[in-house]
Amino acid sequence: MTIDTSAAPGQPAPAAATHDSLVGRGNHEGNRLFREWYARLTSAPERGEKAAYVFVMGSLAELLQSFDFNLVLPEINGLQTAVRHVSESYIAQAEDYGYASDVCGYVKADVGLQLRGGEHPMGRIPRPDIAVFTGACNTYIKWAEIWERMYRIPIFTLDVPGTRAAGRVTGRGQVDYQNDLAYVAGQIDELISLCEQVSGKRLDVERLRQAMSYANAMTRDWLRVLELNKSRPAVYNAVTDGTVYLGVVNGFRGRPEGAHYFEQLVEELEYKAANGIGTNFDERHRLAFVGVPCYPIYRRFSEMFTERGGVFAGSSYTWFASGGWNSGFEYDLDHPLESLAEGVLVSVRAAMDAMFHTDRLLADMAEPYGIDGIVYHSIKSCRTVSAGLADSRRAVMEQANVATLLIDSDHMDPRVVSEAGLKNRVDAFFEGLETRKLLAAAG
Amino acid sequence: MTIRVLEDWQGLSLEDLLRYCRDLVEDAEYPTVKRWRQAGGKVVGHFEVYFPEEIVAAAGLLPVKIHGAPIEARQGDAHFGAYLCSIVKTSLELALSGRLELEMFVSHPICDTARNLAAVWGRNVSYPCEILYLPQNANSLHARTYLRGEYDRLKRGVEAIAGREVTDEDLRGATAIFNENRRLLRQLYTIKRETPWLLAIDEAYVLMALGGRIPREEHNELLAAVIPMLERRAAQPQDRMRLVFEGGFCEQPPLDLLTTIAQSSYVVDDDLLIGLRWISEDVPLDGDPLESLAHAYLEHSNYSPVQHDLRKPKEQMLVQRIRESGAGAAIISAAKMCEPGLDEQVAYVKALDEEGIPYFVNEFEENMTSFDSLQIQLETFIENVLFA
Repeated sequence: MTIDTSAAPGQPAPAAATHDSLVGRGNHEGNRLFREWYARLTSAPERGEKAAYVFVMGSLAELLQSFDFNLVLPEINGLQTAVRHVSESYIAQAEDYGYASDVCGYVKADVGLQLRGGEHPMGRIPRPDIAVFTGACNTYIKWAEIWERMYRIPIFTLDVPGTRAAGRVTGRGQVDYQNDLAYVAGQIDELISLCEQVSGKRLDVERLRQAMSYANAMTRDWLRVLELNKSRPAVYNAVTDGTVYLGVVNGFRGRPEGAHYFEQLVEELEYKAANGIGTNFDERHRLAFVGVPCYPIYRRFSEMFTERGGVFAGSSYTWFASGGWNSGFEYDLDHPLESLAEGVLVSVRAAMDAMFHTDRLLADMAEPYGIDGIVYHSIKSCRTVSAGLADSRRAVMEQANVATLLIDSDHMDPRVVSEAGLKNRVDAFFEGLETRKLLAAAG
Repeated sequence: MTIRVLEDWQGLSLEDLLRYCRDLVEDAEYPTVKRWRQAGGKVVGHFEVYFPEEIVAAAGLLPVKIHGAPIEARQGDAHFGAYLCSIVKTSLELALSGRLELEMFVSHPICDTARNLAAVWGRNVSYPCEILYLPQNANSLHARTYLRGEYDRLKRGVEAIAGREVTDEDLRGATAIFNENRRLLRQLYTIKRETPWLLAIDEAYVLMALGGRIPREEHNELLAAVIPMLERRAAQPQDRMRLVFEGGFCEQPPLDLLTTIAQSSYVVDDDLLIGLRWISEDVPLDGDPLESLAHAYLEHSNYSPVQHDLRKPKEQMLVQRIRESGAGAAIISAAKMCEPGLDEQVAYVKALDEEGIPYFVNEFEENMTSFDSLQIQLETFIENVLFA
């Protein structure tokens, strides 16, 4: 089964592409889509529509949209408050409510948001009617318990077992894989019953199949987007531009707008690759980023690297925050429910691998992406992503000839971010990179 | 092969026995585990909170509960970032420093930090390290079948270490020993709940914690001897407040902290090392033993902040624990940097506010050494409640 995304509903027919209309289109369109997305969320209660709170690692968007739930992604809400420099007041409100300083900043920003009745810089976030989440991050579960207590809504843990040990990824035909798969499939059946109960609607398998077909197209294009940054110069910055793309991956997963967006994005990036057009900065060092960006000083954080000619050609964020779409799993549309279960298992597991077993993935990407250095950004809030970074870094340094930098800050709480301290470390890292290149050139 | 790891303790007085247990529990060199290994035994280390130790014991291996230690994480620190709980660092330190030698290490997806632990551990040792994926959707009708399969996977890994097959009879034998152990621990907690002047929280703790580092057969013998001695103990009840201590499900507070609490109150129930008491009823010895263990984990079990179960709202479970133990107040504690524990504190205190139950909130770290301020704060809290 194939789909036509060239003129998705609500989208203007594409005009003949020119340099000016192509370059930068992904960012402009991504931002436009998100403004519309927040506007739709703001007006959802007026239309009598229901909201499902979900997370980026295993959002079940394809299924939930089949029941007409508006998806709310609290992680994206949170990072938006940080980028817009208002996260501290949300976090402070949650701390006044009782949450400790060591609790995840995303959680606290959301608690602050809930206590303000959904007030958010991008619009008004509707209250949840249901929350669906995987255990890819344990804090998802603790977070959802807060909504369960606040609103007395049903919450559903779709438990997706991860890789048990490094290098032991199971597959079809293996007894342990089948055990995991049957568990996930059984839970999806239970989730469908719950969604039918909350939404008052029966599952429409054709709608689900359609959403899955859009998701397939997006997955193919997402892989192509990741691959295109092997180009020299890199055609996008995997941290800043990549975050825009990730927003569309998550907000428009399984939707025609999402499929259309990625089709256009591939067109843009292929054009840039073919014409040697890089990012807006002189590329002198190709970098990989590991972790979550420093949103409280988002622009400055990026500039610390770009000013020194550092461009992020790859980022582990594009692996795990896409819900593991880097696994490349495509749904079998002839068997939608069975395939949905397998897709959730494979992709969420890949997302977890991209956090817990990053060393192998990074060592593998170093050569094809021409990586000179890897930047590990450990953040106070997120132990899922950060707890293993120091050790993973040691392992990568044994496997690949790349420079590395480990820095600490936070992705939400400006009180934990020392811009001067970060800049000192980053500057020293670049001096090291330049010295390595001089030494290499000297033989 | 029967290996005994405790020295002759049969003739000791109760006080000497308690001191002996405390010394063993505080000894980060794990002398009992070393004795087991010196006798040719193999060891499987498992991290907090719950682990089906029966499967390891059935293979003739020693399951050792790893819950950090009051030691300096000289090597462990370098493998972890900042802003993490102490227990993961000191647990890894036990392995990297050679204090605790293992043939296998297993952790669980209890929290975001522990999820990383098996991967970090595995990158730094040569023996197998893995995650046992206990189900996080305890309410799914499919959880039990899944868990049975997961236990079977663990059994295969354990068999590879042991070099022999683990039969159903082996599993039933081990389950019977652990049933007895849990029954004795329940008895110990009954003494603490009903006659707390006979057994202080730190004493109960060392008696229980020792089980995590010796064969359970020996632990059963010891508990069976100690319990009657406790019941005969010459101690008079004092006018002390009855408290519940909550927050010790993973990282453990220092023993001296528990001793400090015991000086001013009776702790009549707690969640310390709750994994050792996770299963609340005897596991049936007929039928499929792995299925029975999986069923018990899901259906006849305790609660903790690291398990979401619609049937066990944690704040209600805490209130129930307080009511059933006849406590007048609670210590709501959490290990520093422990996301699940700190998250749960908020729900706990709001529930206790609604119930009108006084509480004392604090944080601890396994390596803390000063308790003067805690003692003053706690005594002030108790005075305020008693004389309000």
